[in-house]
Amino acid sequence: MTLMKSLLAGSALATLAAGAALADPALIYDLGGKFDKSFNEAAYTGAVRWVEETGGSYKELEMQSEAQREQALRRLAETGANPIVMTGFAFGDVLNTVAPDYPDTKFAIIDTIVDQPNVQSVVFTEAEGSYLAGVMAATASKTGTVGFVGGMDVPLIHRFECGYAQGFKAVRPDGNVLVNYIGTTAAAWNDPVKGGELAKAQKAQGADVIYAAAGGSGIGVLQAAADEGILSVGVDSNQNHLHPGQVLTSMVKRVDNAVFDAFSAGADLETGVKLMNLAAAGVAVAIDDNNKALVTPEMQAAIDEAAAKITAGQIKIVDQKSGNSCAAQ
Amino acid sequence: MDKMPKWADVILTPLISLFLAMAISALVILAIGESPWLALNTMVEGALGSSYGWGFTLYYTTNFVFTGLAVAVAYHASLFNIGGEGQAAMGGLGVALVLLYLPLPHWSIALPVAMIGAALFGAAWALIPAWLQAKRGSHIVITTIMFNFIAAATLNYVLVNILRPPGSMDPSSARFPEATHLPALTDMAAAIGIDWGRNTPVNISFFVAIAACLLVWLLIWRSRLGYEIRALGRSEPAAIYAGIKPVRIILVTMLISGGLAGMMAINNVMGEAERLLLNAVEGAGFIGIAVALMGRNHPVGVFLAALLFGFLYQGGGELALWTSIPRELIIVIQALVILFTGALDNMVRMPLERLFLSLRQRGDS
Repeated sequence: MTLMKSLLAGSALATLAAGAALADPALIYDLGGKFDKSFNEAAYTGAVRWVEETGGSYKELEMQSEAQREQALRRLAETGANPIVMTGFAFGDVLNTVAPDYPDTKFAIIDTIVDQPNVQSVVFTEAEGSYLAGVMAATASKTGTVGFVGGMDVPLIHRFECGYAQGFKAVRPDGNVLVNYIGTTAAAWNDPVKGGELAKAQKAQGADVIYAAAGGSGIGVLQAAADEGILSVGVDSNQNHLHPGQVLTSMVKRVDNAVFDAFSAGADLETGVKLMNLAAAGVAVAIDDNNKALVTPEMQAAIDEAAAKITAGQIKIVDQKSGNSCAAQ
Repeated sequence: MDKMPKWADVILTPLISLFLAMAISALVILAIGESPWLALNTMVEGALGSSYGWGFTLYYTTNFVFTGLAVAVAYHASLFNIGGEGQAAMGGLGVALVLLYLPLPHWSIALPVAMIGAALFGAAWALIPAWLQAKRGSHIVITTIMFNFIAAATLNYVLVNILRPPGSMDPSSARFPEATHLPALTDMAAAIGIDWGRNTPVNISFFVAIAACLLVWLLIWRSRLGYEIRALGRSEPAAIYAGIKPVRIILVTMLISGGLAGMMAINNVMGEAERLLLNAVEGAGFIGIAVALMGRNHPVGVFLAALLFGFLYQGGGELALWTSIPRELIIVIQALVILFTGALDNMVRMPLERLFLSLRQRGDS
């Protein structure tokens, strides 16, 4: 009996020690895959930066199918990874059921809110950043018509669209925003050819600034806009360098910062909702050497004014969280 | 006398094809600097080495049995139904609508009702291409694949605008009521005191899939309708001469085919996710084509091929999750298996036939 007890105690200690040694953070990429030139890749960039700065190591997994989500979360939690960061709203439902089973593990989920005591929910205010992009587009446009090319027709992208339209209408109430979506399947995130065609069609209808919120398909939009001699707006990561002088700006969403912060916090990750808004530099319009010449002093003034008003709460941006339609259109 | 024995036809040929595919996969893995032995080990261990792995393998198998049978039934009437993807997606919609809007007190009632919902929606989605083929001669390959896209767009619209709970970012329906959740095999094993496959998605629809195999066998080889389907598939003029109405048979065959594809939804939508996801089918409709081809359109063959693809799916998933082999390579391995067992079948079959022929001649002399 005593022998049994000490054996048990010994094995428990061994497990604890192993758990402490293995407490590396982990990152799970959604079905789009690690190198999607957009959202997942931004998360990867954040993880790489953390490795470079701290010399630590982390585990990473790429999803292959919907049924694997729960499997991956449980297996990582059981190997002692802490915290576990996952990209994308699709994990929300699964995390809600898995998180209570591992109360000592911290989870961070990007792009949706999961209400559990050991989960950090990172949400970005895409509408705010897109609003600023809309203000810039309205100032830069000569024709009074601008375009928006979305990836997949899902609520998340509607928020980009609606913020952009509101920013544009705030400057040019009589202007026109053309809206097109690449498609309705996951392939829509990786169809640059169709992105290019939609951009050309919008140009034919008079658009002279086109905002692409379409993951990998956006590359085609930016390319077509550059070929047609009109301006474009990139998304997620800074894409200004793709066509210097022809990309008006990029609405950057600092997913990399969210991952970096979560990894740095380690097991002490603060739970609850983490709002990555304009004030927290979670979203921004990128201005660098590549697009400096395009940003006139008036435009800069308009951006600063709008940003200040958003931060102060003077401009209320309709965020399509509840599925209501976009008021600006 | 120029044929080889049946066992060689149905067992030896696929096995040799599989072996060739594995050998080339091993070379590819070697070329990117990984160990093929470790890869094979991970796949087998991850898919078949534990009740946990089996739980996932059998879950994928169930999906592929339904879509494989769908393709096989249509194939017997010389109809190439490649719309399983869209029909399964629509079946999912049928399941979701039934479970969300009908008050069903228990899973044993919910399962048959959901099966009817799934089959009706899947069959309805196959009806229009079938009618166009039967009446207008529009080729069913073209129409069914186009209907896959229409199904994706319809599902997207319904999920984003109607079924999505307010405030949710995820384009998926609300969870189905607790009472309609299907018992997983792990619960059933636990009921008789066995700890088997915890947290795995395989559920009671696995047995429905096996029953479907049996029913399809009865239909094709033991029923009058099955005889008419096969007769039409072999020769339309002969079938007409025998008094078989092609329009009726094409419509009925495609309805059965679409219904089978739709029934997959009781596994992935009702059994696993317990809500309707936008990405619920995940290519199982297309895998069904490979499964039917490899299974020679026979229910037993379909079941075995589905098991093989279930193994490849789960083993491949494990490989991508736990080794540094990139997930794109998993698709290469799956493609090689499809290539060798489906497309390059004759490459193995013909030398094998010649071998058996020469052996037999030597035996005769």
